[in-house]
Amino acid sequence: MEAVYAVCVGLLTFSGIFLCLRGRTFPVVMGLTMLSYAVNLFLFSSGRLKLDGAAILGTSYTYADPLPQALVLTAIVIGFAMTAFVVILAMRARADLGNDHVDGRLPPQPETKTRRKKDQA
Amino acid sequence: MIEHLPILPVLLPLLGALLLLLPPLSASLERQRIASLVVSALTLLAALTLMLHTRAEGIQLYVLGDWQPPFGIVLVSDLLSSLLVLLTSVLGLAALLYACAGEDRTGAYFHPLILFQLMGINGAFLTGDIFNLFVFFEVLLIASYALLIHGGGKQKTQASFHYVALNLVGSSLFLFALGMLYGTLGTLNIADMSTKVAKLSEAEAVLARAGGMLLLVVFGLKAAMLPLHFWLTRAYSSAAAPVAALFAIMTKVGIYSLYRVHTVVFGENAGPLANMIEPWIWPLAIMTVVAGSIGALASPNLRELTANLVIVSVGTLLISVALQNEKATAAGLYYLVHSTFISAALFLVAGLISEQRGKAGDRFVMSRKVRQPALLGVCFFVAAMTIAGIPPFSGFVGKLLMLQSAEQGSEMLWVWPTILISSLITIIALSRGGTTLFWRRSTDKSQSDPASPWQVAAVTLLLLAAPLMVIFGGPMTEYTDAAARQLHQLPASLDVLLPGGPS
Repeated sequence: MEAVYAVCVGLLTFSGIFLCLRGRTFPVVMGLTMLSYAVNLFLFSSGRLKLDGAAILGTSYTYADPLPQALVLTAIVIGFAMTAFVVILAMRARADLGNDHVDGRLPPQPETKTRRKKDQA
Repeated sequence: MIEHLPILPVLLPLLGALLLLLPPLSASLERQRIASLVVSALTLLAALTLMLHTRAEGIQLYVLGDWQPPFGIVLVSDLLSSLLVLLTSVLGLAALLYACAGEDRTGAYFHPLILFQLMGINGAFLTGDIFNLFVFFEVLLIASYALLIHGGGKQKTQASFHYVALNLVGSSLFLFALGMLYGTLGTLNIADMSTKVAKLSEAEAVLARAGGMLLLVVFGLKAAMLPLHFWLTRAYSSAAAPVAALFAIMTKVGIYSLYRVHTVVFGENAGPLANMIEPWIWPLAIMTVVAGSIGALASPNLRELTANLVIVSVGTLLISVALQNEKATAAGLYYLVHSTFISAALFLVAGLISEQRGKAGDRFVMSRKVRQPALLGVCFFVAAMTIAGIPPFSGFVGKLLMLQSAEQGSEMLWVWPTILISSLITIIALSRGGTTLFWRRSTDKSQSDPASPWQVAAVTLLLLAAPLMVIFGGPMTEYTDAAARQLHQLPASLDVLLPGGPS
């Protein structure tokens, strides 16, 4: 179980970081979301992975640590708010700047330029 | 009532902001202005009382929900945090005063947002629990995201997306670090963590080290430490003047967290992890000062210049973290208070100058004469002298204390040239900028409105710190010495912080 869990968290983090490094706002927002999923799973595992463990004393033989669950809940709520904000901000940036690049301007594209020169010639 | 004092600097702005959003107050801007000024004055009063009370009675512990400390969340008001809460409240009041002149008209919800931001910053300073620190970071960040685009415009949107994306990645890293630290130490109470960290097994120590290093990255991002400082200039120079002034404290929240976590938890008493960030933070601190100085020389306008000077001050403060002794921390605290006030004042002065120079704004180009050359000239001159560290103002004392705190030869070899040369560069950049702003005039005779009394009051309030921190230098350094001692000798105050003993 631990290995599968660790691979999942690792894969999510990897995808999240990869997408965060993209140039357009939509992949970046997706990356941030994936990163927050990875974080939530990771936080959950910090209380150790247990099966059949209730978080209440005396109801089962082994019991789970309730604190990471509370932390994950807080992190999820905050993550929601932040994702909503960044989506709105990305839409506003698209409207204000006229493109969806994170720098607010598209990088120069060499192919189209050369073609234009040929047309002129 | 007095036992509820530590939570007042958090509760007052929160309740005030919520009331401002409700009908009787939300109806007109006039009412919002009066209410937010009253609330921030009350917060200032609470912060002042809290500081005096903490000074007289020792550390104040506020146990939220009455859950026993290592298990529940606590607010801790010690000398360091109460000083910074007071600093934040003064800064908040000045930003609101300045905004009352009309800056709050350019967008919605300015006053509630400033109050939410104050709540987040005060909470981050007061909390004694590292997860709670994360929560208050998020509160202050989401308010700052909205404040940064206050007024709208292309530049702000562009700077804002970088700022938001970087800080969201930072928040994720913060949570990764917290997960690692909780998984190894089993606690999130900062005082309790400091008792646990020396007892870790070898395998756990590796994980805790990774967690501590991640925290360095997160706090370095907030504080604008060298490779993570590129967002700062653009964000601060595009923000509205009162917002930029309030943001002057945001980098200091990162520095404060470094003091709190890396001095207390991973400090001298941390066993195998003792002073683990020291080899990293030395070069980074010095490079931050260098990067800020080069940026200051290259800045095309006063706001960008000020933003680069903020980076220089962050680098100087990181040096005090790197020196890692009581004297350096005390000097750092004095310098922190001084540099926050003065960089905030300089942002406000830049706002005034750009209002009075028409299209040229605060860019270093020839343009028409400012409407009130005497007033703005004096303000700019005092702020420039103070931030460059020329006597008789507080910058001189602050830099002198920093230089004195480097005791060993090798430390002096690095610290002295860095601070002195960066001061020289600051003087060059500011005098170059100042001469262009005030003396290179075109023949254009058109005039703009003079500064409103609100704006002058705000700038004066902040600039008063420069002479006052020298006149009351004795009590002030005594206070910072005591605060640094309290921070470095945490085991002495463990009885107060953990009344039930470590978990």
